Amino acid sequence: MAATTEQVLTPVPQVTASAVVAQPTGWTSWVTTTDHKRIGIMYMVLTFVFFMLGGVEALLMRLQLSQANNTLLDPKTYNELFTMHGTTMIFLFVVPFMAGLGNYLVPLMIGARDMAFPKLNALSFWLLAAGGVVFYTSVFFNPPECGWTCYSPLSSRDYSPNSGVDAWIYLIHLTGISSLVGAVNFYATIANMRAKGMGWGRLPLFVWSILTYSILLIVALPVIAAAVTMLLTDRHFGTHFFEASRGGSPLLWQHLFWFFGHPEVYIMVLPGFGVISEVLPVFSRKPIFGYKAIAASTVLIGFLGFLVWAHHMFSTPSPTIVLVFFMLGSFLIAVPTGVKMFNWIATLWRGTIEFKTPLLFAVGFLATFLIGGITGIFLAVFPVDWQLTDTYFVVAHLHYVLMGGAVFGIFAAIYFWFPKITGRMLSEGLGKTSFWLMMIGFHTTFLIQHSLGLDGMPRRIYEYADVGHLELYNLISTIGSFILAIGILVTVLNVVKSLKTGVVAGPDPWRGNTLEWFTTSPPPVNNFDVVPRVRSVEPMKDIRRQIERQMAPVDDAPAPSTESAVRA
Amino acid sequence: MNRIRRVLGRRCIHSRRSRLLASLALAALTLLAFASGASADFFSPESGGSPNADSIDSLYWFVMAVAIVVFLGVEGALFYSLIKFKARKGAVPAQIRGNTRLEIGWTVGAALILVLLSIMTFSKLGDIRNPPNSSANGLKLAAGPSQRLPDNGKALNICVNGQQYIWRYTYTQDCTNAPLDAPFSYQQMVAPVNTTVTLTINAQDVAHSWWIPKLGGKFDAIPGYTNYTWFKISGKLAGKTFTGQCAELCGRNHANMTAQVRAVTPSQYEQFIQTRKTQLKAANAAAAVSRKQLQAQSGTP
Repeated sequence: MAATTEQVLTPVPQVTASAVVAQPTGWTSWVTTTDHKRIGIMYMVLTFVFFMLGGVEALLMRLQLSQANNTLLDPKTYNELFTMHGTTMIFLFVVPFMAGLGNYLVPLMIGARDMAFPKLNALSFWLLAAGGVVFYTSVFFNPPECGWTCYSPLSSRDYSPNSGVDAWIYLIHLTGISSLVGAVNFYATIANMRAKGMGWGRLPLFVWSILTYSILLIVALPVIAAAVTMLLTDRHFGTHFFEASRGGSPLLWQHLFWFFGHPEVYIMVLPGFGVISEVLPVFSRKPIFGYKAIAASTVLIGFLGFLVWAHHMFSTPSPTIVLVFFMLGSFLIAVPTGVKMFNWIATLWRGTIEFKTPLLFAVGFLATFLIGGITGIFLAVFPVDWQLTDTYFVVAHLHYVLMGGAVFGIFAAIYFWFPKITGRMLSEGLGKTSFWLMMIGFHTTFLIQHSLGLDGMPRRIYEYADVGHLELYNLISTIGSFILAIGILVTVLNVVKSLKTGVVAGPDPWRGNTLEWFTTSPPPVNNFDVVPRVRSVEPMKDIRRQIERQMAPVDDAPAPSTESAVRA
Repeated sequence: MNRIRRVLGRRCIHSRRSRLLASLALAALTLLAFASGASADFFSPESGGSPNADSIDSLYWFVMAVAIVVFLGVEGALFYSLIKFKARKGAVPAQIRGNTRLEIGWTVGAALILVLLSIMTFSKLGDIRNPPNSSANGLKLAAGPSQRLPDNGKALNICVNGQQYIWRYTYTQDCTNAPLDAPFSYQQMVAPVNTTVTLTINAQDVAHSWWIPKLGGKFDAIPGYTNYTWFKISGKLAGKTFTGQCAELCGRNHANMTAQVRAVTPSQYEQFIQTRKTQLKAANAAAAVSRKQLQAQSGTP
């Protein structure tokens, strides 16, 4: 017995040539692929294109608002623009970009060969693409004008007779089925295909966030699917679900919409949280502070996210007790969010922080998202919300949360995992330029919008009178939005340039913690020839330590590595 | 050599820190100067027209005070760690994985702040939600409308109706059974000072939202539903006009659906209602005459 153990421990030099599969090339190989990495890349590229379209829509709106009583855009166009902007950013950028990131990373992080259902995965991508095409085709006819919330009765046939709202409904259906299929796939993959030794307590935090994201999607999407179907039958088949004069209820739409709409916020930001939880420990060279607390708070935020929807409806005719319930629920959700924030700062504490671009974006996320969280508390206090809701204060708040939370997370992810995806590093110089432009641009655009709202400017108005300082504040905001846009373009330039000329990254350029850094960059079709047994939350740290030990000359006194020295 | 480097390093940190402090102070000063020069509503919602708006404002400032403490504390800890723990030669990262006591501590701390905010909200809620009695020198009223009354049961009710893209006001106590000849006006509401005015808010077509910032928060006008709010303008403000606009997207001309409330003395208000009644009567009489003429011309009864 003892002899056999000894034999296993002796390293045997060998040549491995298992599973060498030639990568198919050409555009047909991309269209027909079921490889989770290629699907992930297609997701990210497509959704980034939508991000830029949504950005152009935002810039047009900012141009219109840069002057009081501006006549650059007519009200119809303006209403179409903010509807397209909101819908694009939510349904065609943030949610599916996270799906793309998850697609690429989850199998690599858990040491799997692919997703559980590769063909379903391809279906999910192509449904998303179909949703985008259906929605954007309406640009050539009549785009919807009802805002991304499409409140009934404004979205009913009487008040929105053209087909824009129908395009919006089909977008919700197509992207909804896409996300639902994707979410089931993620859940099955994470539940069943983890590497040996990777118990729930060793799951990377990004994977925890994708797991929660998937469950939220599975619970919330059927509700919005039902709601838009009811809207569709109201519009075309003579039902009256939302028509007050025939016994229907416009408030029902708001409840159904926000029962989906609020979890949707967490669907967008939780994967961003996950990215931050992966990036911070790597660049501060410390383990994440309070792994269990962060994982638990992710799940708790997901759960509480279903109990706060009516805080979007504080000004509707609702009994005081209902308002109180949703205020307290919203307060409650601030606790796990605060816990995360403290844990992230504690991760930086006493580390050795390396200011690489991914870390900058992660820290930009912390500094910015905090403001969005705090203004969220203002909005949760319902009497205060009566003054703030539906004004630019809310516009500022939601951009601090979604831009600060999701988009900065996405940019941190792009800079962090680009070397893994392409095998080349992004330029640090361009990356830092992009970060600072985005940071300055973002705060110039949106900080002043709080004051616009406090000064009485409602959302979704295409023009405003030249009273008070509205024009000055709006002009500042517009200037900021263009700085922000330039910052984003610098990253685009960086990506395009580095694809060809970037420094070759090697498998593990950042000295990462998770399994995706174990394989080559870019990974082969089969991801891993050998999947190591996972013994902690940071398997790559263990592997590096093991290699260090094996490389050490046998006759020398063992020189302790920095990592093991501190442990001892 | 080493010592020199260390001293230099320390001076460098010092000058960087003082530069940071100086720039922060400068930023705060410019912000304050800008704010005071600009408008009082740079940092807080508008108020000053009605006690509910004032109570919301003071509640807002309480939340703001808590928010400033949290903001400075957390951003301070963040930037301190970023500056203090920047990777330097020879620095070793501490391999800390957590600290249960600390983590329980800040969870409870965060929860306590929220308990404080809840208590503060509940203590202000009554002043914001419930209308007070009219003042002695307000409009003399026999009885109030049926909903959300002040303690003495008397308030002046005005019905607010949102329509694409204008507000209509009907001056009557009972909005569901409003008499056909009840005085009304569009866009500009006339309201007496020192009097508790309750508003019954409805919508005729799509959803709208009633909002005069200085007179309190927003209340949605939703077809099929009735919403309520109130205001009470102090006597000093007679002659002032308060402005606002629809706050819920209601279609292409949403931006132009403005509203005004003109505060007048109770006697002026009575006069206004009387004038509207006479005008209405005259218009009805004129309409009856022309209707008769048309019937005579066409020969149909």
